[in-house]
Amino acid sequence: MFIDRYSPPSHLIAPDEVSKAMSNSQLARSIAKLAAALSIGSILFFLVLPTLLIIPMSLSQTDYIRFPPDGLTLRWYVAYFSDPDWMAATWFSLKIALATTVSATIIGTMAALALVRGDLPCRNALQALSLGPMIVPHIVLGVALYLVFSPLQLTGSFTGFLIAHTVLAVPYVLITVIAALQRLDPMLELAALNCGASRLQSFFRIMLPNIAPGIASGSAFAFLASFDEATVAFFISDIGGKSIGRKMFEDIDFNLTPVIAAASAFMVAISIGLMCLAHTLTQARTQR
Amino acid sequence: MRTSSSLTSMKALPGFASLFKPRSARVFSPAASWLLVMPLLAVFAIGFLYPLAKLVDLSFSEGITATYGRLLDDPLYADVLLTTAAVALSVTMAAILLGYPVAYAMARARKRTAFIVAACVFVPLWTSVLIRSYAWIVLLQRNGIVNTLLIATGLTDQPIKMLYTQGAVTLAMTHVLLPFVILPIFSVLRTLPDDYIRAARNLGAGPARAFFLVTLPLSLPGVFAGATICFVLALGFYITPALVGGPGSMLMPTLIGQQTTVLVDWPFAAALSTVLLIMTLLVVILFRKTLSVQKGFGSVH
Repeated sequence: MFIDRYSPPSHLIAPDEVSKAMSNSQLARSIAKLAAALSIGSILFFLVLPTLLIIPMSLSQTDYIRFPPDGLTLRWYVAYFSDPDWMAATWFSLKIALATTVSATIIGTMAALALVRGDLPCRNALQALSLGPMIVPHIVLGVALYLVFSPLQLTGSFTGFLIAHTVLAVPYVLITVIAALQRLDPMLELAALNCGASRLQSFFRIMLPNIAPGIASGSAFAFLASFDEATVAFFISDIGGKSIGRKMFEDIDFNLTPVIAAASAFMVAISIGLMCLAHTLTQARTQR
Repeated sequence: MRTSSSLTSMKALPGFASLFKPRSARVFSPAASWLLVMPLLAVFAIGFLYPLAKLVDLSFSEGITATYGRLLDDPLYADVLLTTAAVALSVTMAAILLGYPVAYAMARARKRTAFIVAACVFVPLWTSVLIRSYAWIVLLQRNGIVNTLLIATGLTDQPIKMLYTQGAVTLAMTHVLLPFVILPIFSVLRTLPDDYIRAARNLGAGPARAFFLVTLPLSLPGVFAGATICFVLALGFYITPALVGGPGSMLMPTLIGQQTTVLVDWPFAAALSTVLLIMTLLVVILFRKTLSVQKGFGSVH
């Protein structure tokens, strides 16, 4: 609501002129609103289209997508779940992702505590280093890790993947836990100490429950950072040990069938399910 | 006042014991702090710093001229470097243009709408880059969905070659990196008080004027942060250009991939990787003020 001082008082303009001017500007405004909604809607459609496309692709009877589809079939899912190569890659990736989640969460949480509450001389340098894997191009890291792992015969091994993916996943844990620690009032802990709690008691009874949502979402990101990772996995996989990302990359390059879509649908279901779980856990915690 | 008393008693302590005594109750002792970062330093030494050092070392192993000299001699490599920067720049521009309205809608819309918008931003973020690249192949290939639609509507009678072109790479990369631009802009817009815009409107500014003179300038930190993240990630992107791009659209990462998998020239691949690494670090150092990775990801939940 604002007063336009420069237009003549309303009683000097004919009433129908006022209503016409009003409806014209209202019309212009609603057209602008509609245009904005339409353009934002189409950008959102652009964002979700590739993910949504996976479902009809994985169910189509033909090996290419057709609209309208000729018919629906589950045979690509059957093919995915009965193919030993796909299953081996899937299990290998799940094992690595779970182990990475555990190691990255522990290492990242410890480091976050030290970076926020610790007494370290070169804190900024340490923080910059710990976020390094997010900035260094993954292909560069992939080539570098291959050079180190190959002579040690760590390519395609669980250990090799665990080291590489922990490095890649730690920054996600670090960022979410640092944010949680910065939101936590240090006075709470001081109060616990003053009331006679020991350092460890105050950590487990005060600090940990308060930063738990941050740790939970950090570990969910760590899981995805490993499970969805493909570039480094491309270089440190070998015939004996292949992640699902490497297997999918090979098949997209040489053997484009809807089995890839079925595998993708499975991966997306895991990712989205996990994220929804992390989200509800965080919500429940913060509402308490 | 326990804190201050422990502080004064600290000063009397000799050097070694001070390692185990915290300076104040708010911080851990130096020894405990180092113990807490030790695992991170160990993993990073094995899985990050040592491999990168070995990579740089390998790039010099056959003498500077064999690798870096070759890089400078052949104009092809300078060309690839420039194309990489150009593609990264156009992806960044496109992502800002498309991402800003979405971030704005996410920050300003009513609860239900904002939730739908946020879901549309997060779903692709949780979909593997591989899967999204695969979907773009299916969309853009010769008998793909886009071509089928174009022919059905009579816009063309011949399928257009879209896959394996620079355009396809730019389009797919923009799609993949869009959430990384939206989130930092959103986190800045969300903290912007409504009162500023209301004040501008009260003083007589129209909606457009209020946006361009108040909202947009105040949201620029988010735009710069998102642009820097997007540009840095675009420089080093491998999967999407490798799958969606063709031989005509060679970028630094795909060139490195080709050197390692097809030509198996590791020293030269190491030199190319070193150049890409230095390029990325330069961008990060130049724009580190704008780059607040933490801000962008803090808003993820």
